[in-house]
Amino acid sequence: MAEVRVENLVKTYGAARALDEVTLDFPDGGFFGLLGPSGSGKTTLLRAIAGFVLPETGRVLIADEPVENVPVEKRGIGMVFQNYALFPNMTVAENIAFGLDVRKVGAAEKKRRVTEALDLVQLGAFGARKPHQLSGGQRQRVAMARAIVTRPRVLLLDEPLSALDKALRVDMQIELKRIQREIGITTIFVTHDQEEALTLSDRIGILKDGRLIRHGPPREVYDDPRDSFTATFLGDARIFSGTREADGLRLADGTLVPGAQGATIAVRPENFQLSASEPNAPCRLRAHLVQKIFGGALGTCLLDWQGEVIKVVGRDADFRALPESGPVWVSWQPEHSVTISP
Amino acid sequence: MSNGFLAHLGRAYVGLILFFLYAPILVMAAMSLNASEFYQLPFRGSTEWYARLWHNGEILSAAWRSVWIAVIVTLIATTLGTAASVALFRHDFRGKRVLQVLLFPPIAIPWLITGTAMLIFFFGIGLGRGTPAVIIGHVALALPYVIVVVSARLATFDRTLEEAARSLGATPWQITRAVTVPWILPGIIAGGLFAFAVSFDQFVVSYFLSEPGDTTLPVLIYTSIRKGFTPEINAISTIIIALSMGIMLLAARYSNFGGER
Ligand SMILES: Nc1ncnc2c1ncn2[C@@H]1O[C@H](COP(=O)(O)OP(=O)(O)OP(=O)(O)O)[C@@H](O)[C@H]1O
Ligand SMILES: [Mg+2]
Repeated sequence: MAEVRVENLVKTYGAARALDEVTLDFPDGGFFGLLGPSGSGKTTLLRAIAGFVLPETGRVLIADEPVENVPVEKRGIGMVFQNYALFPNMTVAENIAFGLDVRKVGAAEKKRRVTEALDLVQLGAFGARKPHQLSGGQRQRVAMARAIVTRPRVLLLDEPLSALDKALRVDMQIELKRIQREIGITTIFVTHDQEEALTLSDRIGILKDGRLIRHGPPREVYDDPRDSFTATFLGDARIFSGTREADGLRLADGTLVPGAQGATIAVRPENFQLSASEPNAPCRLRAHLVQKIFGGALGTCLLDWQGEVIKVVGRDADFRALPESGPVWVSWQPEHSVTISP
Repeated sequence: MSNGFLAHLGRAYVGLILFFLYAPILVMAAMSLNASEFYQLPFRGSTEWYARLWHNGEILSAAWRSVWIAVIVTLIATTLGTAASVALFRHDFRGKRVLQVLLFPPIAIPWLITGTAMLIFFFGIGLGRGTPAVIIGHVALALPYVIVVVSARLATFDRTLEEAARSLGATPWQITRAVTVPWILPGIIAGGLFAFAVSFDQFVVSYFLSEPGDTTLPVLIYTSIRKGFTPEINAISTIIIALSMGIMLLAARYSNFGGER
């Protein structure tokens, strides 16, 4: 197990910066979720830690030891790929044993560790199968077992669950977290699924255009996004800006948002209420309901306000009284106005 | 209706092609089984010409020579060709595309010209005619075939498998042996079969580069025909054709369907 640290990493492809001065600590034994829109540099950062990508400048340290000149095969990492990358010509047990074979681990020791790894991922009876005889979730587990059987210092996962369907993905999230806790390995996990990152991680980092925008414990980042990108990316929040006044924020249309502390605030979709008649809540806007989207227990309403879209998420039952479209009131409590930098 | 007509026309066209390709071969095969030395009809079946082959020391030694030269050429060309394909697949370097394009002309340039060039070259460097020259010449001719076939198979190889193996601590050589080669094995086998066929069927380059007396089978057949045509030649030619077609069928099987076994 080891702490991983990257310092001032820069990687350019042509004119584009895939990584732009990224400095970040991945604590020992922690589960770190890397988030960001497509093309933000998540994979590049992970591959720089693995050694597949060589940054132009900056350092990568594993257990305080610089590894820029250490090739991938000597970095002591375990990696799980999005498509699992199981060796098709080998059985499940042979796949798992591969890392031990190249290390010339003795037969008895090898057998013991392969069995242990198979048990850890609950695939004890599948050792003799070929990868193509497994389901997606089972392949995922084999890939995990293969990556950890060599007792790597760091486990790197690049969207390992994205090829699974939703129900299986939730199962595998729980599974992944259990395995990670059991062996206590430093884990760095790339995902484009915000919810997945928030659920699994002890800490998250948000990348945008190769730059690290924000990092910290998930709840802290979620509750206090500080900047508009984090607020919209992580919480899907609506941003309101206007001019700061003594008793609140004056929006462009003249509405006063009482209690707001800055010139820009964010409000998350689950904190809005909708009503047909004027509500009592101090923060309220008159908007136009454009669309109601049914989604089971939770529903979504899309509203038009001053030519911008406001997204509202709530219990479907609460939306039933509203018309399909037409003028509605949007309201929220002052404590849900989160001050951010523009 | 016009569709049906076109389909008939298409079938007739394919039939005609096959007829012109195979009729001479079938006639030759039939004549190798005809008792008459002068191709006289009516046909009287006989395996005499095949039996005589066994007592023709010249043909036997030429056949043996062709086989062992082809085996050596296959081993060398397959090894070098596979290594080259893997290197071309793994590494990006300046001039890679140029190199890949340069691999094709030896397939397209007439063998007569390649043979002449090789002869001049081998005399120029002092190697001259002889078995080493024949083997080097055959390897040079067979190599592009191996590289093309193995590279085609490599194109279906999932690069992340090599990355996964590396992340597990494998050195490039261990990756090649345990991951890459098992995947491209059908391509290697097909490439090897092509190399064998190129060498075994090679006439022009062998004719130019072999010393008098040390002939391979195709060269011997050519010189025998000039002396006089015997049904023995039909017999040995029929055997060669059967062998070559068998090899090509195997190669086709490995290069096309080898993956999904
Ligand atoms: N080999 C490469 N050659 C050129 N550009 C590249 C290469 N790899 C990545 N890039 C560029 O670098 C940027 C970051 O890519 P990266 O793959 O790290 O993004 P990502 O955050 O993993 O995105 P996604 O969520 O789509 O996987 C992108 O703009 C991408 O186009
Ligand atoms: Mg990616």
